[in-house]
Amino acid sequence: METLVTILAGVLVTVATYLLLSKNLIRVIIGTAILTHAAHLIIMVVSGLKTGSVPIVGEGDPVDPLPQALILTSIVIGFAVTAVSLVLAYRTYQEVGTDKLDELRGDPDE
Amino acid sequence: MNNLIVMPMALPVLMGIILLFLRPYVKVQRSLSLLVFVANIGISVYLLHLIQQNGVIRLDFGGWEPPFGILFVADSFSMLLVLASSIVAAACLIYSFSSVEPSFEKNFYYSFVLLLIAGVNGSFLTGDIFNLFVCFEIMLLSSYVLITFGGKKGQLRESIKYVIVNVVSSWIFLVAIAYLYGTVGTLNMAHIADRIAESGQTPTLTVISVVFLTVFALKAGLFLYFWLPGSYSVPVTPVAAMFGALLTKVGIYAMFRVFTLMFYHEQQITHTIIGILAGLTLIGGSIGAVAYKDLRMVAAYNVVIAVGFILVGLAVATPAAIEGSIYYLIHDIIIKALLFLLAGTMIAVTGQTKMDEISGLIKNHPLLGWLFFLTTLSLAGIPPLSGFIGKVLIGEGAVGSGSYVLLALAFISSIFVLYSLMRIFLTSFWGETIISKDEEIPAKKGWIVSTCILALGTIALGLGAEPMSVYIQDAAETLLNPQIYIDAVFGDN
Repeated sequence: METLVTILAGVLVTVATYLLLSKNLIRVIIGTAILTHAAHLIIMVVSGLKTGSVPIVGEGDPVDPLPQALILTSIVIGFAVTAVSLVLAYRTYQEVGTDKLDELRGDPDE
Repeated sequence: MNNLIVMPMALPVLMGIILLFLRPYVKVQRSLSLLVFVANIGISVYLLHLIQQNGVIRLDFGGWEPPFGILFVADSFSMLLVLASSIVAAACLIYSFSSVEPSFEKNFYYSFVLLLIAGVNGSFLTGDIFNLFVCFEIMLLSSYVLITFGGKKGQLRESIKYVIVNVVSSWIFLVAIAYLYGTVGTLNMAHIADRIAESGQTPTLTVISVVFLTVFALKAGLFLYFWLPGSYSVPVTPVAAMFGALLTKVGIYAMFRVFTLMFYHEQQITHTIIGILAGLTLIGGSIGAVAYKDLRMVAAYNVVIAVGFILVGLAVATPAAIEGSIYYLIHDIIIKALLFLLAGTMIAVTGQTKMDEISGLIKNHPLLGWLFFLTTLSLAGIPPLSGFIGKVLIGEGAVGSGSYVLLALAFISSIFVLYSLMRIFLTSFWGETIISKDEEIPAKKGWIVSTCILALGTIALGLGAEPMSVYIQDAAETLLNPQIYIDAVFGDN
């Protein structure tokens, strides 16, 4: 199971890298969102995907609750960052009139 | 256990939220946010004094004992940086009062400044590595908003790059934390340090440490500074000053914390890499500083040089060098804010951004000119100003450990700093006065007050090096003996 999830994380990183390298701004932002989710899978898999009881209150061998807390925090942060960057992309499109990254280079006279 | 140490982060967060509801009352917003920073200055001075008496202070949130809960740890190093950042934030805030447009003030400008400082202070104080990531994100999210205040074409263009570079580096941070958690099974920094010291720094851990180095190098602009000059030269002046003074310093702080507390066992690998990167940063920054005519670009490349200079101290890692780095870090927080404010003021009064389009400014603005001259001297390290003592100590450390290449690069870069700023002084302040007093936008009182506060800060830090040295030596001792920090976290409260 661990191997499978690791490969899945790898696939997500590949997809995200492909999107990040494209010229379209929206694709780049979607790429960053996918990249963050790959990191979440990595966090989950490094602490071991084991089955167990509820931590602290449950009986028997409990699962590690910490990675889940980390992932939850990180999802919230990733959500906020994606929202901000989408707004930013929209404003940039309004102001500069393009969403192509190579046209966003700008000229030195400004 | 002292609840006060959460205040440098909690006060700005709470006030930032309260100000959201006080949108139309600009005067109230101004005074409340200034009040927060003044209170933070007071709290950090008091806490520094307390740490001096009782040693490192910690605060366990919710009473969860370490390593189970998250915690704040205040040692002299963190507290000195909190103090410096509060002073700079207060000065930049005073500058903002008379420089930012009324529409910014009604659109939550002060809330975002407060949240930015909350993130900065939280990063300095936290004792948990995931918490460090969260505080970084708080700081970065507010900086994403602050950089675009004004909504000009150039700002939006640069902010896109800034956001994407930072999102990717945050991702690397997250992955590094995941690897570290998988390897040592804890996130409490003292506990990690303890476990690494017990098991030895295995090759896996060294690789993880290099992943951390990559992240912090991106955030601090250590060699990976390609994004920095562009993004630091577009925001409005007080925001640029806060960015230049504080944001890279948080990355440097994180690097110091991680490489003195946790990963200090394989110095021939990690610290050699830091040394090489610092040297390359010094070279690249020096070339950039003399290559541009845009005042803001020169200032931004000066930030890069300072990053390299401070990290020479970490690479050398002798007691003198670490002490010098701490001195220089505090000096640089104050002086970079001053440099950006002065450059912004020059641009504001003349309406030009290139140095050769400005001439003879000293006739109409003598105080501005002499403040700029003072900044130049302080950055170059002329005694008795604050840059001197840090440079001497880092130099002493480099000689002591035989790193002569780094020593040479560090001091040659100082000459480049001096040259790049002297060039501005000579072309822009001297020469024929091309614009008459009537055509100019007059310098406002708030601009002069805030720059004077920072100029007094650099003089006081230089002249007061002796009384300051008690705190700085304590900070360096804690950094060099991780056991002090670990004992403070796991000791009785």
